[in-house]
Amino acid sequence: MRFLQQVTVITTKDLRAEMRTKEAINASFAFAIVILLILSFAFDPTEETTREISGGLLWIVFTFAGTLVLNRSFARELPNDCLDGLLAAPVPGSALFLGKALANYVLILAVELVALPVFGIFYNVRWTRQFWPLMLVVGLGTWGLTAIGTVFSALTVNIRLREVMLPMLVYPLMIPMLLGAMRLTALLVAGQPIAGDDTVWLRLLFGFDIIFTALALVLMETVLRG
Amino acid sequence: MRQKVIIGMLALAAIIFVRNLYAISVLPDEVNQGQIFRIIFFHVPAAAAAMTGSAVALIASVLFLAKKDFFYDSLAVAVTEVGLAFLAVNLVTGSIWARVIWGVWWAWDPRLTSALICWILYAGYLILRQALEEPTQRATFAAVYSIFAFTDVPIVYFSIRWWRTIHPQPVFFSKNGSFPPDWGRALGVNMLAMFLFYAALTMIRLRQEQTQREIDYLRRTAHAI
Repeated sequence: MRFLQQVTVITTKDLRAEMRTKEAINASFAFAIVILLILSFAFDPTEETTREISGGLLWIVFTFAGTLVLNRSFARELPNDCLDGLLAAPVPGSALFLGKALANYVLILAVELVALPVFGIFYNVRWTRQFWPLMLVVGLGTWGLTAIGTVFSALTVNIRLREVMLPMLVYPLMIPMLLGAMRLTALLVAGQPIAGDDTVWLRLLFGFDIIFTALALVLMETVLRG
Repeated sequence: MRQKVIIGMLALAAIIFVRNLYAISVLPDEVNQGQIFRIIFFHVPAAAAAMTGSAVALIASVLFLAKKDFFYDSLAVAVTEVGLAFLAVNLVTGSIWARVIWGVWWAWDPRLTSALICWILYAGYLILRQALEEPTQRATFAAVYSIFAFTDVPIVYFSIRWWRTIHPQPVFFSKNGSFPPDWGRALGVNMLAMFLFYAALTMIRLRQEQTQREIDYLRRTAHAI
């Protein structure tokens, strides 16, 4: 009970801080649009080709935009020594992780849910045909991204070249999740259901989320307090 | 003493290896693949050594976090660095084999891809260490990263069972293995040489790392005075 309370406090604190400045979410959203725009020059966005590569395209946008949010997650605590205050608070590392991760999750999902219709308009694709399965894949994939990203946001916050180190460390770790998410997204945007051999990817997504959430919950305390 | 053990291990590995090179060279060519099949005697042991290395790195990292003993941190770096070289051997030999058999240097197949990711992950481990100055923080963060990175290793191992891949199925130590016993023996002996070589290199690297730590310590003490 107490644990949940601590988690909620941290989540609301992070979301409130973000809603007042809007620095991460604005940057992230603008970045997502810019990438979508640039990628449209990389190939001729006809409906046929777009459907085939939509999975890869969307998840590149999601991970890049998500990294911006994740980078800010702990960097936001640096001015005025907020991080020290946060560490001094009687909150276990796991609660801190879950609180921060939930706040990041909400922010990244918000960016993604705006980027999806923009993608649909720019690339002239009807992406809503398998809406709920797509939401499931996006939700699972994004949680994987957030769980790993939040731990590494804490880990890289005091490192030189923080902005580069986070993606460099996190992207290779996320590749199994990205492979699954990209494949399923391409499938669902094309309007096909997840069936047969492709269910293995869905299981991979579930497994990935569970393993990394568990690892993050256990190791966050070590990352924060040594 | 440690010096002598290392030299002994290296010498033993060299003797076994040279002796076994002869044994491999007199084996008859494989029916479908011809000469090139012999690369498996280097490809598989390198992979096995690298995988064992990653498991040792995981154990050393966990032990460091549990005991805060810097010996384990040194061990983790040493074993990871040497393992990276062995995994590179595995990737390169595989690539040469693929050029001959598949006609391409590289295919984006689950097994190949996951092994490459594995290599990049452990390279990231070394880069992360370089970016951190403070020894305790470096050791802690590197250990955490190593634990995360290890999750990819089972994916590499099982990838040939989970997905349909063009990578050959295992021919040794499996029910549908089709290798004659003397080929299996040649592989086993090479495996032994490779592991000895790995262990010797790790010990050399471990000693370097410990000396480095001592130098750092002395320098800091001198600085304090």
